Amino acid sequence: MLKVKDLHAQINGKEILKGIDLEIRPGEVHAIMGPNGSGKSTLSMVLAGNPAYEVTEGTAEFNGKDLLSMPPETRSHEGLFLGFQYPVEIPGVSMVNFMRAAVNAKREYFHQPPMSATDFLKMMREKRAVVELDNKLASRSVNEGFSGGEKKRNEIFQMAVLEPKLSILDETDSGLDVDALRVVAEGVNKLKNENNATIVITHYQRLLDYIRPEFIHILYKGRIVKSGGPELALEIENRGYDWIKEEVDNQ
Amino acid sequence: MSMGALKQYIDLFREHCGLIDANSAAPLNALRPEAYRLLQDMKLPAEGDDNYENCDLEAMLAPDYGLNIARVDIDVNPQATFRCDVPMLTTSLFMLVNDTFAAAEGAVESLPEGVEAGSLRRLAIENPEVVSAYYGKLADMTNPVTALDTMLAQDGFYLRIRKGVKVDKPIQLVNILENGMPLMAVRRMLIIVEDEAEAKLLVCDHTQNPDLDFLSLETVEMFVGCNARFDYYNLEESTEKTTRISTLYLRQEAGSNVSVDGLTLFNGTTRNEYYTLFAGEDAELHLYGMGIEDASRKVSTYSRIDHAVPRCRSNEMFKYTLDDTAKGAFTGRIHVAPGAVKTEAFQSNRNLVGSNEARMTSRPELEIYNDDVKCSHGTAIGQLNEMQMFYMRTRGLDEATARLLLKQAFMADIIDRIKVDALRDRLRLMTERRFAGESSACASCARCGR
Ligand SMILES: Nc1ncnc2c1ncn2[C@@H]1O[C@H](COP(=O)(O)OP(=O)(O)OP(=O)(O)O)[C@@H](O)[C@H]1O
Ligand SMILES: [Mg+2]
Repeated sequence: MLKVKDLHAQINGKEILKGIDLEIRPGEVHAIMGPNGSGKSTLSMVLAGNPAYEVTEGTAEFNGKDLLSMPPETRSHEGLFLGFQYPVEIPGVSMVNFMRAAVNAKREYFHQPPMSATDFLKMMREKRAVVELDNKLASRSVNEGFSGGEKKRNEIFQMAVLEPKLSILDETDSGLDVDALRVVAEGVNKLKNENNATIVITHYQRLLDYIRPEFIHILYKGRIVKSGGPELALEIENRGYDWIKEEVDNQ
Repeated sequence: MSMGALKQYIDLFREHCGLIDANSAAPLNALRPEAYRLLQDMKLPAEGDDNYENCDLEAMLAPDYGLNIARVDIDVNPQATFRCDVPMLTTSLFMLVNDTFAAAEGAVESLPEGVEAGSLRRLAIENPEVVSAYYGKLADMTNPVTALDTMLAQDGFYLRIRKGVKVDKPIQLVNILENGMPLMAVRRMLIIVEDEAEAKLLVCDHTQNPDLDFLSLETVEMFVGCNARFDYYNLEESTEKTTRISTLYLRQEAGSNVSVDGLTLFNGTTRNEYYTLFAGEDAELHLYGMGIEDASRKVSTYSRIDHAVPRCRSNEMFKYTLDDTAKGAFTGRIHVAPGAVKTEAFQSNRNLVGSNEARMTSRPELEIYNDDVKCSHGTAIGQLNEMQMFYMRTRGLDEATARLLLKQAFMADIIDRIKVDALRDRLRLMTERRFAGESSACASCARCGR
């Protein structure tokens, strides 16, 4: 589904990603962990197509297509979803209008007519239930004045609406209380099937207890320096990153 | 001796003052000689002078437009060509074609007792004492465009709401510019809202013919009495070839509450000036405006709010978007007199500039002469937020749609404050279409080809 090869990227002339290799197949769940500032969010931004970042080397293929040549909206239509570490507030744009525009943009991309108002509202209701998102939030401006946890729930809600093939969830667990974490994780699990895939970026084992990824990658200084199974996450939980940093820095 | 653009108007007046007077009324004619005298020694401020950023009055007034001083009937049937009303808005509808009061079919009858509306000229003939008591009493003749308007204006609109009369239904005035050749329309508006009265006036300025040059010169005098409420909405939907110079003077008595909204949806070159005075305590003013400027359109706004007495509140907010090679300017002066304690004055001017060639200047000027006040001002000239754009695009919205929603959101707080529901809904739709790049905002009007 996703094949990333030797990906280098920079922002403001500073190289952050220094050769990322990553392959994701349908049905898989991957976790990316790594110390603060190692480049996890940068990787997610670059895959989603943030124009602020410049790809200087490497390739990324998404379902056989060249991901890096697509504008962000096409990546979305093609099935890529990014759950932001810091969801953006957009005062004055209502959630409902935003989601309607998003849904209909995708339908237009696939030459389908816009969704009828009743179908749309029905779908919104169903998807809201997936993450138990308060109806009140749906009528407010996008993320404006949402609490940290509400913003994260809202990301998963949008994911549910857009039904992506590959979701990258950047620290969707941070800022969530125990109950919210369960709801969000269950939401992710409900949306999971053999045809889609998920990348969760996280610092904490507690999310992985729910989501249970088969593959764990450690990102450090812009490279994936270690990959393994679920045991790798547990080891990080117990030992921290120092041993990995030492291994890498001594090379 | 005045030179430049003013000269042609002075010459015109010298030659034709008899004809101008004959086609107007005594109270209006009475002020012309003084205007004429003052104009002879006046010089138009140059573009870039204080308070005249991005506003070139000389260039705006230089072309030799025709004037219809003999009040020849211009062959337009406004009812037939004009259907651009705000749907669902049941108003009392009045019309001015160019500067002549035209039609009011059924409008007068629809007004409650105690409301007079119609032709300023007619009223000045029938009831000269009333007009003389107010006409020119607020307008500042040292302002060249006001002197010019006073020298040339022959007709216009008159609205008077008698003491204690409350008019629920919005009153609507539609000003139409339409002619077979370039034309200058000189208009005057006199609005008197007496003590405890309440009304809403919506003024829509339209240009019917997009291919011809028009100049619209307008002076509005607005008197709002004690504890009266008045909402004034002025919507400009003209053309790129329309030049507009509008000057509004407002005097508010104690306890009054006034909203003035200057909405520039389509324009060419626009100059709006607002001069407001709190003459009685405990009065409140909301002065709002917005402009959507693209192509080579220009908008320049000057406002002066005078807090002359204690305990008044003013809330001012202007928002503009500028794209392509559009130019804009906002100057907002707030003057708080030494004795005007407990004044509250808030001002905000925010602008979105969407291209490298577009220009905006913003100048807050707060002069506060006592300590017992709450005043604030904020000004911002910025671009659309990149992160918001990106966020929207990751959800599948293309750049154009994302930009559209963000611009719409930017204007939302101006539009949301409009208290006439039908106008608010309509304006929301029109700005959306406008930002979407549709050549005309109004699908229901003859000009837009329906
Ligand atoms: N606009 C920018 N200009 C310069 N450096 C930047 C910019 N944005 C990010 N960086 C740097 O890139 C590096 C990687 O940041 P990134 O946000 O990808 O880290 P992260 O792994 O997601 O960290 P965290 O776990 O704290 O979320 C950091 O050193 C950061 O300071
Ligand atoms: Mg991060």
